[in-house]
Amino acid sequence: MPERGECLDGNEAAARVAYALSEVIAIYPITPASPMAEHADDWAAAGRPNLWGLVPEVVEMQSEGGAAGALHGALQKGALGTTFTASQGLLLMIPNMFKIAGELTPAVIHVAARTVATHALSIFGDHSDVMHARTTGWAMLAAGSVQEAQDFALVAHAATLRSRVPFLHFFDGFRTSHEINKISLLDDDDLRALVPDADVIAHRERGMTPTHPVVRGTAQNPDVFFQAREACNPFHLAVPGVVERVMDELAVRTGRRYGLVDYHGAADADRVIVVMGSAAGAVEETVDTLNAAGERVGLLRVRLFHPFPVERLIAALPPTVRSIAVLDRTKEPGAVGEPMYLEVVGAIAEAMDSDTPPFARTPRVLGGRYGLSSKELTPSMVKPVFDELAAAHPKRHFTVGIYDDVTHLSLPIDRGFHHPRPPGEVQAVFIGLGSDGTVGANKSSVKIIGESTELWAQGYFVYDSKKAGSVTVSHLRFGPEPIRSTYLIDDADFVACHQFGLLDKMKVLEYAKPGATFLLNSPYPAATVWDTLPRPVQEQLIDKRVAFWVIDADAVARETGMGNRINTVMQPCFFALSGVLPPDEAITRIKASVEQAYGRRGRAVVERNSAAIDAAVDRLERVSMPADATSVRSMASTVADDAPEFVRQVTAILLAGDGDLLPVSALPADGTFPSGTARYEKRAIAREIPIWDPDICIDCGKCAIVCPHATIRMKVFAPEAVADAPSEFLSKEFRSKDLPGHRLSIQVAPDDCTGCGVCVDVCPAKSKTEVRHKAINMEPAPEHRDLERRRWDYFSSIAPLDRGLLPHDSVKGSQVLEPLFEFSGACAGCGETPYLKLVTQLFGDRMIVANATGCSSIYGANLPTTPWSANAEGRGPAWNNSLFEDNAEFGFGMRLALDAQRQQATALLTRLAPFVGDDLVRSITDNAQETEAEISAQRTAIAALRRRLSGLEGPAAADAAHLLALVDNLVRQGVWIIGGDGWAYDIGFGGLDHVLSTGRNVNILVLDTEVYSNTGGQASKSTPRGAVAKFAAAGKGTGKKDLGAIARAYGNVYVAQIAMGANDLQTTKALLEADAWPGPSLVIAYSTCIAHGIDMSKSMSHQKDAVKSGYWPLYRFQPTEADSQPFKLDSHRPSMPVPEFLASQTRFAILERTNPQRAALLAALAQADADERWRYYEQLAGMHRSVPHVPDAEALPDLDMGGRYEDEEET
Amino acid sequence: MIDLTTHYLGLDLRSPIVASASPLTRDPDTVARIEAAGAGAIVLPSLFEEEILHDELELSRALEAGSEHFAEALDYFPAVGDFADAGERYLTDLEDLKARVSVPVIGSLNATSTGGWVRYAKLIADAGADALELNLYRVAADPGRSAEDMEAADLDVIAAVRAEIAIPLAVKLSPYYSAMANFADRAVAAGADGLVLFNRFYQPDLDLDTLEVVPRVELSHPWELRLPLRWIAILRPQLGPDVALAATSGIAEGTDVVKALMVGADVAMMTSALLREGPAHIATVERQLRDWMDARDYESATQMRGSASHATSDDPSAFERANYMKTLQSWSSPSVASP
Repeated sequence: MPERGECLDGNEAAARVAYALSEVIAIYPITPASPMAEHADDWAAAGRPNLWGLVPEVVEMQSEGGAAGALHGALQKGALGTTFTASQGLLLMIPNMFKIAGELTPAVIHVAARTVATHALSIFGDHSDVMHARTTGWAMLAAGSVQEAQDFALVAHAATLRSRVPFLHFFDGFRTSHEINKISLLDDDDLRALVPDADVIAHRERGMTPTHPVVRGTAQNPDVFFQAREACNPFHLAVPGVVERVMDELAVRTGRRYGLVDYHGAADADRVIVVMGSAAGAVEETVDTLNAAGERVGLLRVRLFHPFPVERLIAALPPTVRSIAVLDRTKEPGAVGEPMYLEVVGAIAEAMDSDTPPFARTPRVLGGRYGLSSKELTPSMVKPVFDELAAAHPKRHFTVGIYDDVTHLSLPIDRGFHHPRPPGEVQAVFIGLGSDGTVGANKSSVKIIGESTELWAQGYFVYDSKKAGSVTVSHLRFGPEPIRSTYLIDDADFVACHQFGLLDKMKVLEYAKPGATFLLNSPYPAATVWDTLPRPVQEQLIDKRVAFWVIDADAVARETGMGNRINTVMQPCFFALSGVLPPDEAITRIKASVEQAYGRRGRAVVERNSAAIDAAVDRLERVSMPADATSVRSMASTVADDAPEFVRQVTAILLAGDGDLLPVSALPADGTFPSGTARYEKRAIAREIPIWDPDICIDCGKCAIVCPHATIRMKVFAPEAVADAPSEFLSKEFRSKDLPGHRLSIQVAPDDCTGCGVCVDVCPAKSKTEVRHKAINMEPAPEHRDLERRRWDYFSSIAPLDRGLLPHDSVKGSQVLEPLFEFSGACAGCGETPYLKLVTQLFGDRMIVANATGCSSIYGANLPTTPWSANAEGRGPAWNNSLFEDNAEFGFGMRLALDAQRQQATALLTRLAPFVGDDLVRSITDNAQETEAEISAQRTAIAALRRRLSGLEGPAAADAAHLLALVDNLVRQGVWIIGGDGWAYDIGFGGLDHVLSTGRNVNILVLDTEVYSNTGGQASKSTPRGAVAKFAAAGKGTGKKDLGAIARAYGNVYVAQIAMGANDLQTTKALLEADAWPGPSLVIAYSTCIAHGIDMSKSMSHQKDAVKSGYWPLYRFQPTEADSQPFKLDSHRPSMPVPEFLASQTRFAILERTNPQRAALLAALAQADADERWRYYEQLAGMHRSVPHVPDAEALPDLDMGGRYEDEEET
Repeated sequence: MIDLTTHYLGLDLRSPIVASASPLTRDPDTVARIEAAGAGAIVLPSLFEEEILHDELELSRALEAGSEHFAEALDYFPAVGDFADAGERYLTDLEDLKARVSVPVIGSLNATSTGGWVRYAKLIADAGADALELNLYRVAADPGRSAEDMEAADLDVIAAVRAEIAIPLAVKLSPYYSAMANFADRAVAAGADGLVLFNRFYQPDLDLDTLEVVPRVELSHPWELRLPLRWIAILRPQLGPDVALAATSGIAEGTDVVKALMVGADVAMMTSALLREGPAHIATVERQLRDWMDARDYESATQMRGSASHATSDDPSAFERANYMKTLQSWSSPSVASP
């Protein structure tokens, strides 16, 4: 039992030590390491001192490259420095890491190890990032548990000062970084004992100072560089000894003994697995189980990976070992084996070649890959590795945990093998929604049990790939023994389903072991609930002899004013049924934890929680089950039968939560996936959906344009097109001079709507007799879903209106166009997605998208499905994501390729004119393609050209084949470079600026939420003055960067600042102008975000206020208008005080509650910022400017030339 | 030299002109200017029970929105250590004001029911308020509750607050009691040291562009003074000289203060005029008051106080009459502005 047992996760455990031992902390957000930086920023904002009484300088940089540079500088000045990162972030630090190590500078980087993006991005854990850093000269120390993440953080900080070799301390992303476990905390005396002042002073004295000037960072030549590079050898050679001594000192102080490598298992083992990181937990359990059954196996944990501790490794292996499997959590295609395998093979080869070979016969070494992107490693996967080691002809290289039916490398999984759970342990699984507070309650339960009893506790949480209606699964273990199981629970003693509807969608009872207890939040009482269950659920309840309990937690939460936060009701029920704590004690402790969590926010929240806790247990009911299943209802099917084959064969499996079962052959080898798959994922998550009332509708299209999930559609059609419509189908006369006699229908997709309510908020049409009744109204989904499904199905069958029939430069005109971005996984009420949807409505059938990593790439392409889709002709946005930092360049490359292909196609076309006809060629080359009609004509001409080309034979055939592959590029295509403010203002700004400077025709859309939304709300340079954000916990003191002003300074860049909720027409016009402008365009779109702390159903009203207050002026800068006024100020003079706007958003309002004086000062400055900006923009709007530009850009053969200065040549 | 000192809620004030609860009295700089302009006392804006509740619940909701949904963003705001809720911020402001000004500062609490919030009365007293003004504010929209119920509830609130604090307690009433004189008497019996007459309800309005009900604050007009004048005139002799009475609503210039004092008020409170004219207006009003008194050889505010109340006026029944006759007769007179 730890003396001071506390429950925290790996990130916090490491960050506590790092913070205490640092003076300068350079940070940048990246999952899953961000929480370490967030803790550091929070602690600094709260004035927490480090070990020497100083509040560290915690500074956010523009990228990980910037953080590494700042760290390097701080270290060279003699400060103690650290940073936190993962994945691509670590890769961006590598150039500086070489320098830091080369200069023998003590430093520590803490890494929550994460997959590096290859065929796809993954936020989850493996060692592909840290393995990329192994050539930098940094020592690498691997922690495998939360306790080790803390202890090794100290070992790293202590050892780096003693050895002068910098340390990369890493632990597994999510598995360790986000696992909550009970650990014994180090105190300041422990830190002081291992980090003596003398070491710190020695480091400081090496720092740069004009008092003792030196020069570092010289350039060296062939004569000396090599020798100088070898001069550091003694330092690196000393590292293992230093680490060992530090670990010994730690053991003396804490009793926790670690070695550079640690062996566990039979002293006479013949088979050993070598592994590093959290996987050692599962291997250790397997070893114990097998040895208990009479086998002789062992585990060798590697803790210090570099410098690789050869001697210690050889010494630790039992002399009896005959075969060794080295498990690597990374993949290096083309290498003989993965890195640790090679180290072990090399170590054994060298040892066997010595005078005293350690083994009678050289052990056979196998290399295995496991656990990429947090793939589970369980005892049932480890056991086959030991089996393979015993085989006569084992696979030299293998994978474990997957089924590889392509290269047949995988070992089978032994599903019958389990590690027996220790007596007295309770395993519990909770299935809930993100919004119901399930995870929060479980984190609290882990703390309650872990910190107030003798029991050990572990919590691990699995989240959804969607941001709206997301499902969470919590895995909790409590027991008398330390918990080393580093994998999910599949044989729980207790299972709780916090949302009744999930019973139909998830295999909830699969988590339960026989005889388990099952708690269901049910709107039906015990007497009637049985008949409402799907048959498979009934069968499992009976087969597993489950004790089945229900509670109507929604009712209790409602009655006690808790809204949808049912966590407070479910948590006491868990304690009541699980028996982990005596019920009365549990209630007392839950209330104490509520007090601790909410007490500082006031009494009302605490009192409501307390009332809900008291009301909970009384309403718990046991269900008596019949002997046989009675239900005829099966589980809901995942996708429709008419879905495409890939969707049925692959996507449906992912949607069912069975992706782990897919074999290698089922997955695209190059990361290419079909688009338009979100429409097959019918999630039906809305409690209320909007219902249209045609009698009140005024055809404005506002409900459709603002819908973040494209679930409200507007169609216009001739009456005869719906002659076969069922009577329940709704339509009305379409008010339009352009299309007299047409009908209009507005329809919600009831299973795709998230129920955000933004459409109702913006609807301007109110009933003459009851003003609260609008043309669209939120109604309870269960009552309307069936009818709306039928209406949606019929509505979907109506052909879209010909794109050429209505002008697109109006809200109404744009909203009859088909969206090719639909049903994304974005948050309910998302402010970004309406812009994306509108762009696809206007240009989706001829656009290429480069999408920066961030929210838009996640809701845009996080498996299982994608919202990017295609129209009936199969045309739609071609979408790709490269990285976070390079998106402008990525899109720019697409433009270069497109232009090269157009040139090539034009040249071929000219050459082939005699064969395909001059008239046809001219009709293609002369088409300006400015209107839908012209674009349509171009497509028709190209279709004709295709037919003629495919018939060509003889000498022209080769050219024709080339042209056929290029010809579609002769239809005007737009390159859209899309991303958030973290990309555009910070990490990607250098590239964005460069691409703007080239004058090439790209359209850059910045979805400006003024914060790093995807990683949880860290400040960017777009974050405004006075906003509280992560990394700006004290309220951002500096103003927002005026990105538009920087772009306008080029003179030939089209720049627009838009906010759909304030002026949807201006938004539409700006996007049309950006597309039409033949040079670079930059559109900055105000995007409301959950990180603003607003009611997201009022998302568009907040946008309106942003503009009304002058906080976000609307403008368009159109460089085409020579001798005119290119700057058009589109918003009205501010008519609302900025502080009033600020007070309506938590991100600003919070500061008034934490630091009122600073809040008042910053609010006054924010008003001054807005006043000054308005004054400046008003003058700009009146200015006549002659912007030199190409007079007739469209007529030039190369469209990319447009927008450049006439006299500017490429240099 | 004219003596303007007055006695209100047991406090000695240099002048009967008091800055009533408004956004102005929350800002320390403005309060300093109000003091410099000669205000006899300052009433802080009301701390609303609903404000405290709303603040706590909404902030908690907003901070938790979107949390634990998605692996990359387990929350969206930094962990903030020490929050000051609406009540705590109020107390801090009160303490700051007390440290800056020497004029008496009266706290103000707006309550709809008894409950946990009553502790704020004590906290306001502990923070150094010289007196507390309890604002009984509610709209009697529940058809299931009788006038007796409502009045009993109000008296319970007064008694509950009285029990919490030792500093003087004033109760600010609305004019909508059926039996005003009776209720005023019972309010004093329940523990009120004085009455502030009257509370003006902010009446919502309909925005015809959006067809939405919008809150709308209208500043008071001089004619609104007539209602408190009547009731202070009636109540002053009934309640006796020891119960403090404050006139509020429509006090805009020196003669308004004269009227208030004459019917029996101890102080005349101003809000709208200060919002319109700024804090320095207090000095103007004081000068007007002094000029008026000087011209008529009045020596002190005490001398004027109650000189034209129900008990002392030459036509007491005029205060009780509905005054239809007189008003109708005056319709043709351009000198009388009709409400």
